[in-house]
Amino acid sequence: MSPIVLLRNRRVRELAYQVICVAAVVAVGWYLLSNALANLAKQDIATGFGYLGREAGFVISETPIAYEPSDSYARALLVGLLNTVKVALLAIIFSTVIGTLVGIARLSSNPLLSRLMLFYVEALRNVPLLLYLFLWYSVIIFTLPPVRQAITLLPGVYVSNSGLVVPAIIWNSGFWVAVVAVAMGVAAAVAWFKFVRHRRITTGKALPGWPVAIALLVLPVVAAALLFDISGDVDWPVLGKFRLTGGAHLKPEFVALLVGLTLSASASVAEIVRSGILAIRKGQREAAKSLGLSDGQAMRLVILPQALRVIVPPLTNIYVTTFKNSSLAIAIGYPDLVMVSNTIMNQTGQAIEPIALFMLTYLILSLLTSVVMNWYNGHVALKERQS
Amino acid sequence: MALFRTARRIAAAALLLGTSVVAAQAASTLETVKARGKLICGVSMGTTGFALADAQGKFAGFDVDVCRAVASAVFGDPSKVDFVMTNINTRFQVLQSGEIDILSRQTTMTYSREASLGIDFGPTVFYDGQGLMVAKSLGINSAKELDGAAICTLPGTTTAQNLADFFRTTGKKFELVVFENPDENNNAFFSGRCDAVSSDRSDLASIRAGSKSPGDYVILPETISKEPLAPAVRQNDSNWRDIVSWSVWMMMAAEEKGITQANVDEQAKSTDPEIQRMLGGTDDLGPMLGLDKKWGYNVIKQVGNYAEVFDRNLGEKTALGLSRGPNTLWNNGGLLYPPPFR
Repeated sequence: MSPIVLLRNRRVRELAYQVICVAAVVAVGWYLLSNALANLAKQDIATGFGYLGREAGFVISETPIAYEPSDSYARALLVGLLNTVKVALLAIIFSTVIGTLVGIARLSSNPLLSRLMLFYVEALRNVPLLLYLFLWYSVIIFTLPPVRQAITLLPGVYVSNSGLVVPAIIWNSGFWVAVVAVAMGVAAAVAWFKFVRHRRITTGKALPGWPVAIALLVLPVVAAALLFDISGDVDWPVLGKFRLTGGAHLKPEFVALLVGLTLSASASVAEIVRSGILAIRKGQREAAKSLGLSDGQAMRLVILPQALRVIVPPLTNIYVTTFKNSSLAIAIGYPDLVMVSNTIMNQTGQAIEPIALFMLTYLILSLLTSVVMNWYNGHVALKERQS
Repeated sequence: MALFRTARRIAAAALLLGTSVVAAQAASTLETVKARGKLICGVSMGTTGFALADAQGKFAGFDVDVCRAVASAVFGDPSKVDFVMTNINTRFQVLQSGEIDILSRQTTMTYSREASLGIDFGPTVFYDGQGLMVAKSLGINSAKELDGAAICTLPGTTTAQNLADFFRTTGKKFELVVFENPDENNNAFFSGRCDAVSSDRSDLASIRAGSKSPGDYVILPETISKEPLAPAVRQNDSNWRDIVSWSVWMMMAAEEKGITQANVDEQAKSTDPEIQRMLGGTDDLGPMLGLDKKWGYNVIKQVGNYAEVFDRNLGEKTALGLSRGPNTLWNNGGLLYPPPFR
């Protein structure tokens, strides 16, 4: 067949378009990459990822895992990544809880409450997050006293503009036994509640929920304490020459970032929750009330579960945005992935590789968030009943 | 703003991606500058004494005067300079990509920068060193007493690394808080979030001069790093590098020879053969670099000698109140040693 005849074939044409498209994308990518490499070589700028194994040589103020300046750049990056994940995950959890409450309160028939929440949402949604971060951070460092005049909230609990310090427990032995005991207690209590509910639905008989659950929570811990050697010391914070040493520290940089991310995400979550609730027909609430459910029960048992279907997809967006917004940490001195990358860029003089690395990391974090949320969305989506 | 800066850095990286190789191989820097009719000079984002714009937008400062001296050498007019504020993180990329002709920005000359960044440094214009500043009320006399202290700093260069090295060698621990923005850094120090702030000593003097009560702060005696501050140019243009270097040395040599802004016309009649060569009286040193015969005269007449530039911007009578320290001529026990003009 001649090429002309081949092109008349629709499937061949479609394939040809796709091949041309892919080739064009690859060509542009190749052009940019080779250009960058040629420019870098011409300007005698070092390239490659060889720096990752070299000694980092700088300290990081917040390290979820052990890290010393003598560790590698790769480990410093991992510390930065964990700091990013830590603050973003906590912000997501808190903003979901606060946002849901605010979203419901926005629909309250109490005009004071609903107006107040309207103000909350609009004030937080319409001002750039960066400005709020500067505000929260300034509020912390300028309104709280310096560490030497720290406020003592409780014995061993200090608040100053260097953060919150509480006593910590240093485990001498039996740490994992204690963890397992607590986990067993929680699992038993959850199982008990499921059983009580199942029992009520099938037989209509009510069993005591909380008293038994508390007993189930406490029993394994007591048993573990009697059977195993569990001991620890309380590490009391002590005022040293400059800082409070010992205990667990919550740094103001972390708090300001967490508060900023949480509040601005919660405003968006509130609007999504409100729209989700409004999407449920009025008849659902009326039906629930005619069955004798209270307002709270109707919301919790009937409306919210249905609203979730509308809420979850846009919520994914907010979560992804929260991860990305956490990179504003650099403005207020929280050592996230971007800040650690910046320090590395300064020390190595290489910019393209660290930028490529943190862009890739954010991409992976965003995709992971989407995957988890899509799974959850599938879980709550409307399941057609097979009759 | 931090966001803006990070965006700027990404833009600089994108510039490297996009700039075509052919276009980058342009004419020499001197030709480009002459054709443009003005010099473009990268300075800092506002540092008292080094580079700061006044209410009219007119830049003044030590780093600014280095660029003005080069403009005088090239054009015979110190006002033919455009100043671009460069971010500490993107300053080298801005120079590499050709956005600026000179980087005059309290930048330390180091081996790895010279070797891996595609830039060349001119002569050291200011011998600096990283130091630490604390509130007087702490009652501290030495950086060695800072065990367990919280220290604020900017992400610049190797500031963090120098601190870590210093504390590792003395076996002490410290908490480091790094800020992208100088204002946040200073606020955190002045509010007591940090016990100390660390930067180049000249910069510490600048931070102190900007505080409400400069008398409450003291710069500790330790210098934990060598920071020879020097202007930088793109690599592989030795003619341009020579022009920048010799403009700086001209100001130092002028101080050595006692030539000042005020007496340069009188000195032009001097019988000292080196002064004659410097000011374009006898030999034609200028054309060797592609400059006017009177370039040296112009630099001194229009900008001044090193002492005048130092005293005007950083000296004892300014807000910074810096003493000359090592930035004194070699024959007075300092480190400034301009090569001979012959």
